[in-house]
Amino acid sequence: MTQLVSLTLQDTGEGRQIVEAIKQDNPGVDSLEMPGAIKLDRPDSLIVKRETVSEKLGRDWDPQEIHLTMVSMAGNLDEDDDYFALSWNR
Amino acid sequence: MAAKKKLGLKQRYNLMTRGLDWETSYQPMDKVFPEATFEGIKIKDWDKWQDPFRLTMDSYWKFQAEKERKLYAVLDSFAQNNGQLGLSDPRYVNTVKLFLTGVSPLEYQAHRGFAHAGRQMPGVGPRIAAQMQSLDELRHAQTQIHTISHYNKYFDGLHEFRHMHDRVWYLSVPKSFFDDARTSGPFEYMIAIGFAFEYVLTNLLFVPFMSGAAYNGDLATVTFGFSAQSDESRHMTLGIEVIKFLLEQDPDNLPIVQKWVDKWFWRGYKVLTLVAMMMDYMLPKRIMSWKEAWEIYFTQAGGALFEDLARYGIRPPKYADVATAECDHVAHQNWSIFYQYTHAAAFHTWLPNSEEMDWLSEKYPESFDKHYRPRYEQWARMEADGNRFYNNALPQLCTTCQIPMGYTEPGDPTTIAFRTSEHKGDIYHFCSDGCKDIFDGEPEKYSQSWLPVHQIFQGNCGGADVEDVLKWYNMNLGADNLDQNVSPDQELWDEWQRQRAAVSSVAAE
Amino acid sequence: MGVVALKPGYEDQVEIRDRLENFHGNQLVYLHWEEHLMFCAALAFPFPPDMPFGAIIGEIIPTFYGMHPDFEKIDWGQVRWTVDGKEITPDPEKSLADNGVRHKSLIRFWTPGLTGVNGVPTV
Repeated sequence: MTQLVSLTLQDTGEGRQIVEAIKQDNPGVDSLEMPGAIKLDRPDSLIVKRETVSEKLGRDWDPQEIHLTMVSMAGNLDEDDDYFALSWNR
Repeated sequence: MAAKKKLGLKQRYNLMTRGLDWETSYQPMDKVFPEATFEGIKIKDWDKWQDPFRLTMDSYWKFQAEKERKLYAVLDSFAQNNGQLGLSDPRYVNTVKLFLTGVSPLEYQAHRGFAHAGRQMPGVGPRIAAQMQSLDELRHAQTQIHTISHYNKYFDGLHEFRHMHDRVWYLSVPKSFFDDARTSGPFEYMIAIGFAFEYVLTNLLFVPFMSGAAYNGDLATVTFGFSAQSDESRHMTLGIEVIKFLLEQDPDNLPIVQKWVDKWFWRGYKVLTLVAMMMDYMLPKRIMSWKEAWEIYFTQAGGALFEDLARYGIRPPKYADVATAECDHVAHQNWSIFYQYTHAAAFHTWLPNSEEMDWLSEKYPESFDKHYRPRYEQWARMEADGNRFYNNALPQLCTTCQIPMGYTEPGDPTTIAFRTSEHKGDIYHFCSDGCKDIFDGEPEKYSQSWLPVHQIFQGNCGGADVEDVLKWYNMNLGADNLDQNVSPDQELWDEWQRQRAAVSSVAAE
Repeated sequence: MGVVALKPGYEDQVEIRDRLENFHGNQLVYLHWEEHLMFCAALAFPFPPDMPFGAIIGEIIPTFYGMHPDFEKIDWGQVRWTVDGKEITPDPEKSLADNGVRHKSLIRFWTPGLTGVNGVPTV
């Protein structure tokens, strides 16, 4: 069975920009749009990059700011200054 | 633009969460942490604890303050702009009532639970994570009480949420679940709430439900819900970290942890079946069915998780297959329970209309038309004849989950499942193999269950008549309870609609 | 496996909450009409142990199940009974206790030929 990692973000102005960045950096990511929230799924791993999100937002974005937008997640988390990543089989 | 950082996130986290502790000298460590060993869990090295979020206390306050500012701005504007007028349908409010009376007191229970479990952890890493979660849960309780205070101005059944939590028969289901967890040892509590509830099950509670709130015009609930849920990811991470940490520390921990996973999966699942009924019956505009949510959030997400945990020897929870098979029935069975006992509930119920029944047929092709549509059609005939069906006797309750025993045999939806055990000469009854196994594992604990129906018969609930008991619950009879169609809530809503229609017809002239 | 508890001697201090003495002379009895699941669960009652079994048939069942549309069609001579899983032929004159009904017993009954409404047992 495919192990999906998953990240659900609020459907807000900032949330949609983060989703755009994720789609750009994670080929094959699937999205499920629900009222108020967007659920992203991808086999094995998913990464949110500081650089890409900052570009989309037009300001420096700290990956810890994801706390303000994130609704839920599935997978093992790795967080550092430049990225926020989810994976299985770490 | 940002000044160059002196330390990276990982270094900063290590510096701020390690070396904060000390060996005590006036008292031995086992007296300072008296609950650390009795559960049989063996920990060799607390420093192996990893918190992947690497959230330090200073960032914690910063982000939480930001969340609060956003949240209260929305709650205020919802109140100022009479947001309740924009709801999809007055029936929706009953969803909020059940959530705010059933779940919000659990937020406060979780606050107390994590404060206690954190205090009892000899390691500093989990202690900090538990402290943050404890504060989060207090925040959630507060934001939800703010929401109660708004809805309570217009709708019935929310005025005594705290009092009702300790007394009302169906609220004993979530209450006893959390009491059970909080009276366990600290490690079991962390597995029960941190892992089984937060990681494995909580998405089923919050995500589809909050999305449902968004769809039904309930900005207040969406806002506290998503704000709470943004902490939830951190809680889920704590949950998964706890289980890995325990399993990596000593192979002897595996059977203990597996037993807790089995137990708390089933305990949590039973509580969440109340959400099944909310999703399938109580949201006027529906997002997805319980069965679909279970597929996404348990079968898929749980499947990936337990595949990951398999390397430690953990297998998926016992009876997960039963819970999956029950998806075709559980929401319908729960709605039937509340429909016939709504004279004793602080929210209203109703029969699904024909459009809603068609939706249910489509979502539950295996079960709805065959087993449940005929039941609702019968109840509709009774209601049309002026005999809206209320069950006038009290139901048999399951000793473990405390829900009326309205669940059927696996594979046979026409026969109620009855399970029993004997303990010290008395019989105990259960709704399922899962609930029986839990009792059999700890009969001393569950032989003390405060079962509302039995308490009424023992004379501890204000009297022998249903009316006396409801007064003891502080329910307003004729307002909080009974069918939606005869409720003051519905009357008020209809009046709002008339006013609105009058205003728009004046405007049209 | 023994009791896992923080307090030594915990199991000796347990107070069983639903023991018979707490019901003021009554005992708990559960009653369930099979294949009529519009009644969502078995019903719970506090009955005196010396109550005749006939009172269940003559008073309790009509009061609490009488609203079912097929109730009048029950042929009481045909009804099949179990108490705690054992088939019994109840003696209506004798007490619950003499009919084998003890504290927290479950009485189930089947009404042959009657299944829910229009043959659907979940109604």
